[in-house]
Amino acid sequence: MPLITYRDALNQALREELRRDPNVFLMGEEVGVYQGAYKVSKGLLQEFGERRIIDTPITEEGFTGVGIGAAMVGLRPVIEMMTWNFSLLAMDQIINGAAKMLYMSGGQFRIPIVVRGPGGAAHQLAAQHSQSIESWYAHVPGLKVVAPSTPYDAKGLLKTAIRDDDPVIFFEGETLYGSKGEVPTEEYTIPIGVADIKRAGTDVTLVAWSKMVSVALKAAEELAAQGVSCEIIDPRSLRPFDDAPILASVAKTNRCVIVEEGWPYAGLGAQIAYQIQQTMFGDLDAPVTRVTGADVPMPYAKNLEHMAMPSPARVVAAVREVLYLE
Amino acid sequence: MPTSRRTPSTGRKAEPPTNKGSSQGRSRPAPIPAAAGRRTADMSTSTAPDHIARQLAATPKATLLDMLSKMLLGRRFEEKCAEMYALQKIGGFCHLYIGQEAVAIGALSTLRPDDAIFTSYRDHVHAIVKGVDPGRVMAELFGRRDGVSKGKGGSMHLFDAKAGMFGGHAIVGGHIPLATGVAFASKYRQQDQVTLCFFGEAAVNIGAFHESLNMAALWKLPCIYIVENNRYGMGTSIERASAIYDVAARACAYDMASETVDGMDVLAVRDCISRAVERGRREHAPTLVEARCYRYMGHSMSDPVHGHYRTKEEVEEQKLQDPIKSYFGHLVAAGLIDQQGLEQLDREARAAVERAIAFAEASPEPSADDLYADVYSTPYGPFRRSAE
Repeated sequence: MPLITYRDALNQALREELRRDPNVFLMGEEVGVYQGAYKVSKGLLQEFGERRIIDTPITEEGFTGVGIGAAMVGLRPVIEMMTWNFSLLAMDQIINGAAKMLYMSGGQFRIPIVVRGPGGAAHQLAAQHSQSIESWYAHVPGLKVVAPSTPYDAKGLLKTAIRDDDPVIFFEGETLYGSKGEVPTEEYTIPIGVADIKRAGTDVTLVAWSKMVSVALKAAEELAAQGVSCEIIDPRSLRPFDDAPILASVAKTNRCVIVEEGWPYAGLGAQIAYQIQQTMFGDLDAPVTRVTGADVPMPYAKNLEHMAMPSPARVVAAVREVLYLE
Repeated sequence: MPTSRRTPSTGRKAEPPTNKGSSQGRSRPAPIPAAAGRRTADMSTSTAPDHIARQLAATPKATLLDMLSKMLLGRRFEEKCAEMYALQKIGGFCHLYIGQEAVAIGALSTLRPDDAIFTSYRDHVHAIVKGVDPGRVMAELFGRRDGVSKGKGGSMHLFDAKAGMFGGHAIVGGHIPLATGVAFASKYRQQDQVTLCFFGEAAVNIGAFHESLNMAALWKLPCIYIVENNRYGMGTSIERASAIYDVAARACAYDMASETVDGMDVLAVRDCISRAVERGRREHAPTLVEARCYRYMGHSMSDPVHGHYRTKEEVEEQKLQDPIKSYFGHLVAAGLIDQQGLEQLDREARAAVERAIAFAEASPEPSADDLYADVYSTPYGPFRRSAE
């Protein structure tokens, strides 16, 4: 299988779906002439023209709403948020519009839209450009939320998201775009709502998604050297949430550490911990533990930023804690 | 010629259109009472005086009478809603359209069935006039299963895809981008439908309004933005909310065609919107229309008709210009109807409202299964397991 970047995997998914369905179009800031702020849309304007690859003014609420309106009449817009930070301007459209339209219209208006872009912290971009807000969107009934960690998952899930009849919130990892992975040349899709075991193990269950999968994998390497076997489960979709593989894993390991980049308070990890304790209470040998971003706006200084982010070292420490080592 | 019509400049870099129409040439002044010492909006409009003769001559008699009949139906329906609200058959927020009928009826009389409309939460009459069965609207207000939105939307969220009724939206100005998106889709598919987007004058201070108008003008989208300027955003008058009172003038910022029309005159609205529809179909170009009108009821059923923000005298004075009475006057003068004919239409309107009530009463409440239906386009099952 060819080894390609996460960025190119997304580009392939967009290209294939744009070719497959004339109702699909891509709209957002700098997606066309500029070729994408992160080059995810590179070459698409040249192939599909400006009718379908649409550069917008900087007007997130406006163009997100335009996409939702177009979806009401059966088009399949892919709306690019240059970063998810800017989606806060479009939250009324996404939540009051896209998420609720089908329900409040008594099932009449489906909103087959994908809103996608990079989330999470990059490197020293400071408070307004560094945040993981997938928990906010995962809170909302009517939305589907996806956060792939590998090029393979990114491509397969984006293709599914574009074909889905409901609004899909698609979090890409800002620092994952250059990461490489195997992606088959033949067509494939990955269903939304199916978790994936990223590493098999026996002693402790790690739950991580998006960029945090690589943090968990690094920690697992280090722990393996210490004789601890980690199983890493990537839910890939945050809503709907496939908890079955997590519960099966915890039944085996009796311990769980959740790694998430977002803030701790009312974060998604708390919901996952709730679900585990509700069905697995008697199987747990230690409290479910979370490694999260610090409960602060992201600082600029390199050392502070590092402190605010989950790291392999913090995951190693949490795993040792649930195993009662030292 | 009306002087408040503005057309966009021909070249993108051309001089912006001027605003000279806002202060002259008004044929029908209707100033609102001034609060002591406060600057007030000039609420006069400038529709050409010949629009009545023009519309009476150009419009088939059946259409003219149908418009009167729909105005009466809208009025009687809303009066019944007030009654049903008092009886607690209707819950939540309930915003009535009484006094503003000329805007929806005049505007919708220019449309084809495949054109789309969006409006705000004051949406009952728009829905009915767009072709939604009044019984299904009333059933929705009653929270019943046969409601147009299956009892899930209520008064503020009336939707009917088949009729081209795209809602019923309750965040002020939030639906303006959505309507722009439907217009975008018409252009994307190279079809000639137009989209009408109704909202109140208070919505023009919302960012979504400006973002939408900019895109519609930039991309030439067939969207007609109709500001129903009833002078008050809830209890805040336009003078207290807006730095400029000439709402249509805001189109200048986007080099968009605009027009101010007397929203109490159904023929003037029809005259004006038909020009905008033509512009939308032929040129795929947007228009901003300001229809100056007046609401006779409170903002919603839980708000007073008058009080701190407007006087009883002001409301009574406005009632003298009742849009149904004045339209009836024009039809009588043209020899198209008499008092007896009016009474007949009114009886039919009242009967239709009674049938709507009967339909709503007979409809069952939604079932427990309906609670989780239509959250997603597939069954909710897997979501529910993880969520609860």
